[in-house]
Order: sequence, then C-alpha cells, then structure tokens
Amino acid sequence: MPSEVDGTASRAVADSARTATISVLVDNESGVLARVIGLFSGRGYNIDSLTVAPVDDDGGRSRINVVTSGTEMVIDQIKAQLGRLVPVHRVADLTQQGPHVAREMALVKVVAGGENRSESLRIAESFRARVVDTTTGSFVFELTGAADKIDAFIELMRPIGLAEVSRTGIAAIARGAATI
Amino acid sequence: MNAITPSAGLAQAAFVSSGAETLLRALREQGVEVIFGYPGGAVLPIYDALFQQTAIRHVLVRHEQAAVHAAEGYARSTGRVGVVLVTSGPGATNAVTGLLDALMDSVPVVCLTGQVPTHLIGNDAFQEADTTGITRPVTKHNYLVKHSRDLARTVHDAFYVARSGRPGPVVVDLPKDILIAPAPYEAAGTRPHRSYRPVTQPDPAAIRAAVRALKAARRPVVYAGGGVINAGPEASRLLGELVRLGDLPCTNTLMGLGAFPSSDPHFIGMLGMHGTYEANLAMHDCDVMLNIGARFDDRVTGRLNAFSPDSFKIHADIDPSNINKNVAVDVPIVGDAALTLRALIEAWHAEPARQDGAALQAWWKTIAGWRSIDSLRFTQSADTDAIIKPQYAVQRLAQLCAQTGRDTFITTEVGQHQMWAAQHFPFERPNRWMTSGGLGTMGYGLPAGMGVQVAHPDALVIDIAGEASILMNIQEMGTLAQYRLPVKVFVLNNEYMGMVRQWQELLHGSRYSESYSAALPDFVKLAESFHATGLRARNYGELDGVIRAMLDTPGPVIADIAVDQAENVYPMIPSGAAHNEMILGAEHAGRAASITDEGLMLV
Repeated sequence: MPSEVDGTASRAVADSARTATISVLVDNESGVLARVIGLFSGRGYNIDSLTVAPVDDDGGRSRINVVTSGTEMVIDQIKAQLGRLVPVHRVADLTQQGPHVAREMALVKVVAGGENRSESLRIAESFRARVVDTTTGSFVFELTGAADKIDAFIELMRPIGLAEVSRTGIAAIARGAATI
Repeated sequence: MNAITPSAGLAQAAFVSSGAETLLRALREQGVEVIFGYPGGAVLPIYDALFQQTAIRHVLVRHEQAAVHAAEGYARSTGRVGVVLVTSGPGATNAVTGLLDALMDSVPVVCLTGQVPTHLIGNDAFQEADTTGITRPVTKHNYLVKHSRDLARTVHDAFYVARSGRPGPVVVDLPKDILIAPAPYEAAGTRPHRSYRPVTQPDPAAIRAAVRALKAARRPVVYAGGGVINAGPEASRLLGELVRLGDLPCTNTLMGLGAFPSSDPHFIGMLGMHGTYEANLAMHDCDVMLNIGARFDDRVTGRLNAFSPDSFKIHADIDPSNINKNVAVDVPIVGDAALTLRALIEAWHAEPARQDGAALQAWWKTIAGWRSIDSLRFTQSADTDAIIKPQYAVQRLAQLCAQTGRDTFITTEVGQHQMWAAQHFPFERPNRWMTSGGLGTMGYGLPAGMGVQVAHPDALVIDIAGEASILMNIQEMGTLAQYRLPVKVFVLNNEYMGMVRQWQELLHGSRYSESYSAALPDFVKLAESFHATGLRARNYGELDGVIRAMLDTPGPVIADIAVDQAENVYPMIPSGAAHNEMILGAEHAGRAASITDEGLMLV
C-alpha cells in the first residue's frame, strides 16, 4: 500500500471480480483458523477453497492457502484484514505477485462394472491418476493437479459411475527463488 | 512479591508464586493501578491475591458491562490501558457489549476473564462459556492460557497488543487451575513481537505527495478523527500546528472532538449525519481532503457514491485495513497520527510550492457564507415558565462548567442528547470527551464517567444523558456511592427515546412505536436512594439554579432536566443521502428555498 503514492491506480481499478490465491503464514496457535474463517464469514467474503497445515520443522507456524474472489477493492481489504490479525506473519497474494503453482489432490470413487470399469481406467491413465483402492465393483483414484484438471476428471467420471469425491483444496507456492 | 506458603501438596512451589500472584505481578509491571471488576467462582484466586496487596486498586462495579465501559473511560481520558476483571460464563458474556464498544472505538482495554479449570473445559461445567470463541469477533485479539509457563508472557503480550497500532480490547481467559498452580514469572520482553508489528512511521514519498496536493489545493479541508486523540496529546498539538500553517479548514468526527480546539476560527464543527452545515458542505465541495485518523464511517460519509465527489483524497491511518475500505483514496499513508502530522509539517516547510492565496481566501469566504446560516441555531424563550430546549441546557451547562475553571470531562449515553452534547459543548483539548461512537451503546456514559473520575479524582466529570439510556446502567449509581465518585449525571429528559422518536417522525409517519419512556422513575428519589443528590429543573427559570447546585455538590448528582419533547436534532443528513442533501431544522424554514437553490433537497 505505501508504495502506491500517486495512487490514482487504486481508483481506476475496474469493478470486475477476480479470483485470488492468498497464502497466509500464521502462528500455529489455537483458534487461528477460526480467526481467519471468522474474518471471511463475518465480513461477507467468499472462500472458494481453504487449506491449512504446519510448515515449520517445529510446528510453530502454519500456512493457510485460501482461494477467494471479489473486486480489486475487496481483495485488497481481505489482505489488509488478514494482515492485521495478531498471529499473522505474512500475507501473499500469489495471483497478483506473478507466476505460481497451485495444486490439489482428490480421491475419486467410481463404482462401475463391465465396459465402464475399463473406461474409467483408461481415463485415469490419461490423467495420470493412481488407483489406490480396488474391489471388483469399484476404484478409488488418487489425482493431483490444478483444480480445473480435477474438475475435468470428475466430469468425465460422472457418466461412468462417479460415486464420491474428496478434495483437499489447493496448496500454492510462488514460482522461482522468491519465498513468502 | 510474596511466595506462596509452602504446604504439603505444593512443597515444590515454595519459591514460585501462584498463577494469580504471577498475574498481579505482570499487571504491576505493566503499570496497572486500578482494575474494574466483579468477582465470581472462577476468579476467586485473583480476588484472594488482590486482597493481600495494595499496589493495585479494585473498583467493584455492579454489572460486568459497566466494568468494561469504566475501563474505556479510564483509558480514553488517560491514554493508558484500561483493565477489567470478570468471572467465567455470565461474567464474560456480560462483558461482550463493552468489548465490542472498545473495538469499534479503538480503546485499549485488557479484560481478564475467569474460566473453569482446564480439565473441565468442554464439559458444560457450571459457569462455563467458550469465552475465546464468543469474544473472538469483539476483540482485537484474545488468549486462553492453557499452561502456567505461558501466563506471564501472555499478559505482557495482551497489553502490547491492546495499546499498539490501532488500540483495542484484548481478552485473556484464565482457567482456575492456572490461577492456583505455581506459575513462573517472566518480565515483559524487549524483543519485538513475533508477528504483530504495526507500521507507525509514514512513507516519506506519500507524505511528499500529500503536502504537494495540499499546497496546490484551492479548496482544502482537514477531516480529523479519533486516531489523532489515540496518538496522544502531541498529535493534537501537531494537528493544530498543521492547520494553522496551511490556513486550512478543519472538521472533527464525533470521536475526534477535542483533537482540534473548537474555539479556533479554523474549526468548522463536527461533520456527518448531525454535523454542521459548513463542515458537511466543505467536505462535499472540497478539492483536496486530508483525512487523518478517521475511517470514512457511514455516519460521516452519507451516501457513498455522492461523498465528496470531486476531491483528491489523502488518508492517513494506523490501520491499513481502513484505507480503501469504504472510500477509494488517492494518497494512502499508513502510520501513527503524531508521526504523520510531524512529517507533514516538516515536508510543508521543505516543499517549495506555495499556496494559491486568492483561491484559499475565496474558499474561506464560501465557508463563511455557510457558517452564517448558523445551522445549530435554536430559540430558547426566556420566560421563567418556558420549556427548556435541550440544546440550551447543554449550552448553559458548558458555560457554567467553564465558569468553575475546573478541568471538565464529558461522557454521554447514546441518542439525541449525545448529538446535542457533541454540537453544543465545546472541547478545547483531547481526552475530555468520551462517547460511544461506533457501536452506539446506550448505557455507556455513566460507567465511562465512573472510570474517568477514578482516573481524575479532582476533575469535574459529567455524564450528559437521556432518561432512557441512563436506565441501561443505572445500577452503577451504587458504585459511585461506594467509592464516593462525584460524577454528575445530567439527564435531558424528554420522556422519549428521542432519536428513535425522531426517526419515526421523519421516516415512519410519526407512528411512535414503543419509543415513549413510560413509567419512568422519580430521578430525584432514585438518586437519593443511591446516596446521591437528586435535582430537578422543570422550566427555564429553574435551569441555572439546578446546574449551579449540581456543580457545587461535592458528591454524585442526578439532575433531571425536563426538556422540550418535540425537539429534533438538526442539521441531519438522512440515512442514504448525500452531504449536500442536509435537512435543516424548523429554525431555518424560511431559508429552505435558497438552500434548495444550492442543491439541497428537503426530505
């Protein structure tokens, strides 16, 4: 914010909504996730996806990855509101900062027999999904990738016998040498 | 520091104090002199430790909400952190309104809440509440102390968080076993906090951009809020210096009253929904606006898309999340108000550009024209039997207070009387005006006044109240009596929840649904039953005598002032209207036409 001093940019920003992948480095203290989620629900912001896990060796800090959407002004607000939470160390808008990798894992259960059973395997192979459980009537596929790849996989499985989906939500990190 | 008595069960603790004692030691290190609280089962160990020492005074309130408001009054009148101590369960939930009030108005408060022992948490134990869960959205931060080793550090952290950056309330939830078990002491560290380090030093490039814009302005305005007061008296002094340096018109928010002296000709009054005509039109028509320590609240901006449409906006705030929240600004400055003002003054001297004197003169002339409308005018009949106008009562109170020469602190409840106090009681210095701005908490003024009086025992402390609001925390008259706190309660009694009645008159066809104050107590007898003095003024002829008697009484007083029931607060920007769509009162009926010509719309 302080670097934007001539500032007409902030006013000229379009009202159209965008998606933002925001990574937040927080102290791994009790209630910190509730604080972040409460901020989003209390102020009416969207959460499209949210993941959290400790990232330090000693478990002292956790990284929250949240995918949200809103106008530029709303996303700036979200970042500022996150930034002023006491246990928050860093807030990074990966979408704005440049190229980043965002990956998600899904476990997809397909219940099918006959032709559909072999079709599901063919699709899984082309998506590089792994079979992690199998019975005579079902498969559980494990798939990692960008969210839209997982969406596409699920859509292809739907007519074949999609039974259940479990997704992790995205983990994201900036490309290159820069760190959060 | 007394070590606890060695006993069979706690032999190893002989040289380590109990949690409660460690807590008090940490409070002392933080400079705490007084706690506002109410005991209960979960906090008995703290009360026992308090009993055995004299360094920290405890003021026993009659309701936990009042403890928080009292701490707010203490904090806002001194600039120090107010401290509250309440028990678990209902003690903590009763404090919630006060905590949110402190959050909305950025008041530094540390609230210690008792909690059931750690092994019972989650078991629906007697007087158990999920206090950190309940208070999370109403505090700046909160803590549950789960381990004795964390106790001292957590208390120090809580004070640091409460007073740093944009101040606010912090809850420390203390399970009873933590208070009893030995807890090692740890002094407040000097190392920076691991994650919370708010920016206080403004960006020099932003300062330069702001000064260039202000110097180039043809129609500048300074809009200063509570952030200036929170930054300490030096910030108010620097605000005065900057305003005079640039010959700038200055308006204050409700929270900012006193940050700039109201007697200074550069002061154009409070702005916003019930602000002056000149302040609101200056905001609407200005070409460069410097907002320092205010947050573009909806009560200030009116309809956002019509708010100061053509101005270049500079916004200085300690809280980055306030910037571009409601209003997009051109120059954001994140920093402490005093440091920002000092930097602006230095840059003003360094910046070679000069102001356009002729344009500034013309702007002041325009403002003088608006000022001449005298939008706060009212007419008080001087017949002895005449009904008292509430505005006159406040004005007269201010004049007679000034005659005493005593340092005067004003608190208010919420409603019409609050706005009349803001409009008609002049403030020359910061920290003298305590009102619930953001949350609008009826019942704020009496306990806040109590806290102010505890901090300033020799000062004149007056709660300007309404007859409805005062009943919301009337039990605190008992606290005033117990501690001989000579707070004066000045009730503008119009027998209505006046602001509700006003909105019903203007927006709901005068259907006064549930806004009449029926079955009111006799305030004189009420005062007397609480060992205070009760006074009553029924008409113009009695007003001065009652005010004088109130000011002369050494103890607490309730002065019941019967005022005009039909009076409304004007000017008024109706909800959802723009600054230049202000309604002026009946006093200005004859001017309506000319005002319409200037773009005003009567609603």
